[in-house]
Amino acid sequence: MTNIFEYAPAPESRAIVDIKPSYGLFINGEFVDGNGTSFKTVNPATEEVLAEVAEATDADVDEAVKAARRAYTRVWSRMSGAERAKYLYRIARIIQERGRELAVLESIDNGKPIKESRDVDVPIVAAHFFYYAGWADKLKYSGYGETPLGVAGQVIPWNFPLLMLAWKIAPALACGNTVVLKPAETTPLTALLFAEICQQADLPPGVVNIVTGAGDTGRAIVSHPDVDKVAFTGSTEVGKAIARAVAGSDKKVTLELGGKAANIVFDDAPLDQAVEGIVNGIFFNQGHVCCAGSRLLVQESVADEVMDRLKRRMATLRVGDPLDKNTDVGAINSAEQLAKIRELSQVGEDEGAERWSAPCDLPANGYWFAPTVFTGVSQAHRIAREEIFGPVLSVLTFRTPSEAVEKANNTPFGLSAGVWTDKGSRILSMANRLRAGVVWANTFNKFDPTSPFGGYKESGYGREGGRHGLEAYLKGADA
Amino acid sequence: MSRIDVRKTYKLYIGGAFPRSESGRSYVVNDAKGKLLANAAQASRKDARDAVVAARAAFGGWSGRTAYNRAQVVYRIAEVLEGRREQFEAEIRASEGVSAAKAKTAVDAAVDRLVWYAGWADKITQVVGNANPVAGPYFNLSTPEPSGVIAVVAPRDPLLGLVSVVAPLIITGNTVVVIASEDHPLTAITLGEVMATSDLPGGVVNVLTGSQAEIAPWLASHMDVNGIDLTGVEDAELATELEVAAADNLKRVRRPSPGATDDWLAEPGLDRMTQFLETKTVWHPIGV
Amino acid sequence: MTPTASPTASDTSALGVFDDVVRSESSLRRFLHGLPGVDQVGCEARAAGLATRSIKTTSKAFAIDLAIRMVDLTTLEGQDTPGKVRALASKAIRPDPADPTCPATAAVCVYPDMVATAKQTLGDSGVNVAAVATAFPSGRAAMDIKLADTRDAVEAGADEIDMVIDRGAFLSGRYLQVFEEIAQVKEACGDAHLKVIFETGELQTYDNVRRASWLAMMAGGHFIKTSTGKVQPAATLPVTLIMLEAVRDFREQTGQMVGVKPAGGIKTTKDAIKYLVMVNEICGGDWLDPDWFRFGASTLLNDLLMQRTKMTTGRYSGPDYFTLD
Repeated sequence: MTNIFEYAPAPESRAIVDIKPSYGLFINGEFVDGNGTSFKTVNPATEEVLAEVAEATDADVDEAVKAARRAYTRVWSRMSGAERAKYLYRIARIIQERGRELAVLESIDNGKPIKESRDVDVPIVAAHFFYYAGWADKLKYSGYGETPLGVAGQVIPWNFPLLMLAWKIAPALACGNTVVLKPAETTPLTALLFAEICQQADLPPGVVNIVTGAGDTGRAIVSHPDVDKVAFTGSTEVGKAIARAVAGSDKKVTLELGGKAANIVFDDAPLDQAVEGIVNGIFFNQGHVCCAGSRLLVQESVADEVMDRLKRRMATLRVGDPLDKNTDVGAINSAEQLAKIRELSQVGEDEGAERWSAPCDLPANGYWFAPTVFTGVSQAHRIAREEIFGPVLSVLTFRTPSEAVEKANNTPFGLSAGVWTDKGSRILSMANRLRAGVVWANTFNKFDPTSPFGGYKESGYGREGGRHGLEAYLKGADA
Repeated sequence: MSRIDVRKTYKLYIGGAFPRSESGRSYVVNDAKGKLLANAAQASRKDARDAVVAARAAFGGWSGRTAYNRAQVVYRIAEVLEGRREQFEAEIRASEGVSAAKAKTAVDAAVDRLVWYAGWADKITQVVGNANPVAGPYFNLSTPEPSGVIAVVAPRDPLLGLVSVVAPLIITGNTVVVIASEDHPLTAITLGEVMATSDLPGGVVNVLTGSQAEIAPWLASHMDVNGIDLTGVEDAELATELEVAAADNLKRVRRPSPGATDDWLAEPGLDRMTQFLETKTVWHPIGV
Repeated sequence: MTPTASPTASDTSALGVFDDVVRSESSLRRFLHGLPGVDQVGCEARAAGLATRSIKTTSKAFAIDLAIRMVDLTTLEGQDTPGKVRALASKAIRPDPADPTCPATAAVCVYPDMVATAKQTLGDSGVNVAAVATAFPSGRAAMDIKLADTRDAVEAGADEIDMVIDRGAFLSGRYLQVFEEIAQVKEACGDAHLKVIFETGELQTYDNVRRASWLAMMAGGHFIKTSTGKVQPAATLPVTLIMLEAVRDFREQTGQMVGVKPAGGIKTTKDAIKYLVMVNEICGGDWLDPDWFRFGASTLLNDLLMQRTKMTTGRYSGPDYFTLD
């Protein structure tokens, strides 16, 4: 008998990506220096500086909006939907062709495991462009009219850099809008590679503009008077600031914000799959997921058994080098985020919840946090209410379906929820009663270009994906 | 010698009952010629708070009813309104100073609008929801659900305008706190009487009369209100203020249409319904 | 390597742990239907996820040798002859004549009438003889015939008996009958070890596979085995996943270990390694042993040998360099 069946490191080659020492802004089809300073983007797994990236100023943003407006007026809004579609199909194809390169670069800049960037992020990105490409010449059947809004200002987060870009750009372009997009300051590289893909696709200059920077750059986009549409994915706090900033204007807004999803496990659940769903729900992408199943609500009668199985499963998670094909959990995206996760976890302990972390060796350099679960959590605990946005699960118990619903809905958020039970009628009842934009029953964290995604309450408004996702970029059937 | 009229006291409509304002205040409502019509209750922030509580309490039951049942209730409102049309025509003529023909047209349209929306209850889901063909073994369905408690600032048009903003919200299962037109509040309370006798559960529609500028900010900033319809806000500055306040809990906001007066006689589109609907998407694996 | 030597071999029927469960048809049914359900999509996704594990260098060399040691080298054909069986047995003892460091397989698996022939060749090599009994592969015979079939094989020298369950009885809900058949066959086995074949391709659902697993473990089976190889689909990763979860959970509850044998359709080293990864992650290292995990296979062995040669020589080999027995 032996336990030497260990996996040797199986790193994906980094040679496929060519990271330049510095990057400019992508405005009007070209990379330009911009007028601001620059900032560094680092590999969160090693803390190595990857590149210097230009920080766009108000004037740079203005240039980008002007370029987008010109492209909108002169080219893009005049082009037939069928022609726009062909550009989007081209982009989708190039994303597939350069898929490995995009995946490796995403893992280097973001810290997510290569098996996720390779098998989840990048394929869905390509699929998203394919899906919306097909809508471009069929908008009159959408139910939302076929009149574009104009220039869309889009601000995206660091957790799914390229996927969020696709969710924003693909529908905007399909509907005939042009865009100015700001990637997150810790993960700008794949957006800049996407800019190169736009060049390879011969996309007309100005249709897509990428401006890098932090909060000030984002504010400049959101408040620019010639932006007709604001699309934001990120924190609820910033979402509220955006809602205030656009008050009294004609800007159309969609917001995809935070969450604190309940993942509800009944005693008749398919337990092995439920445990997988719990693990996938909170440890996928290091828990940097707005719809993460961060609150496990487990029926008291099976709570011990579920926890035993969960811990046993967590002990098999492989934490480490994001480029290793066997890695399940990668690096925390930034020092700042790591500090926040540590702080809230400390609060959890201080408030009396019991902490258990999977036994794993964490690398010496870089930002890491072991998969962690808190038991004995009550609704009043901060770790049951605040979004931790990391690999930290809070476990609560319930006795009856009504109690589960009550606890699940007892939050200002309403992005997603999970239900695990073998009883069909109970699934439908729970799905009806949960106030959340996405309900995963006997599954979790599934995404598809055809499936609308978005929240209730303080998780934001508007939907991305599917036919519903077109509404955000069209004037409406009554226009 | 002619008989002395028994005049009606116009109160608020909250939770199915007709209370006076808790503040004890009222204000003078004049007719088009400036002559006293009645004293209307002048609602306070606490009345607004009570109305939100009533609307929240009613939400679960109302949104949980079958669409067919909501259609029946809203159709019933149309029936009862039709039966009391003379009273509404008289109130509209007095309040707005319009001709008998115009008042009749307005009541006709209001009744017809209720009938139109009643029919939407069990169709809107089919028109705005759909199945999603995801690339995997999953059943995936998107359906609309009501946003929750919606505050409405009603437009100047006392009956047709009011019906046109309230009906699309309740037919989909939302519950409503509506601030009646400050200048023409009486019809709103009379409409409350119609709703109270049409099997509409208490709290589904709550009517406040009084100062828009005083009450609306409390509703806009209320953390248990899910959306706000600013249709009747004519002061652009106030509208912006309310929208800013609404951001505190990310209310769904319908902005006033700037400069354009709504043509209440035109057939509405879907947007007054869809603006206060959420899309819920449910996934389930397909397997044996 | 001989299963009979193991002190923890399953014998729960004697322990009385499940006496209440198997007391009546209805109590047994309640127990089996009370096991947590299996969501097909989730189960298959988990199996597919494990299959993406990347195995390199030393682990791979270890895995290949382990896989060879786990092979039940099988021939179950109407055209089997003593000559064929002798050749197969020789190969089981010395899979790669050119390389003495290559380990032997766990067993050869034959029909009962070939047991004596196989035994003759294998002698005291340490390679076991496994015989398929109980009216293999359909299991459609009277009980006394199934028992006689078993006894014949054991008397002829079989170390292991691979029985088939009565799928008709199982699918019509006569669980107690299936239970009793397994228990009786086990008794007929004497010292020989019992593997219980479910024919998962006929059970169709993972829920059924899970129930069959518990039924067989409670009845005292030493191994649970997916398939006869005569019905498609035979062994699959998700079916094996369910069975591995069952033996894992069974040990949690009783302290007894039960082995798992996927059989049929496993043809490449890559496939075999996926199974070993799954064993490792679901059950842990204790099961990474021929006593507790077997591959029912024939062509798999040559692919393992080719990959083994590639590992040692650094160049790709070809089928001409390995025997076709």
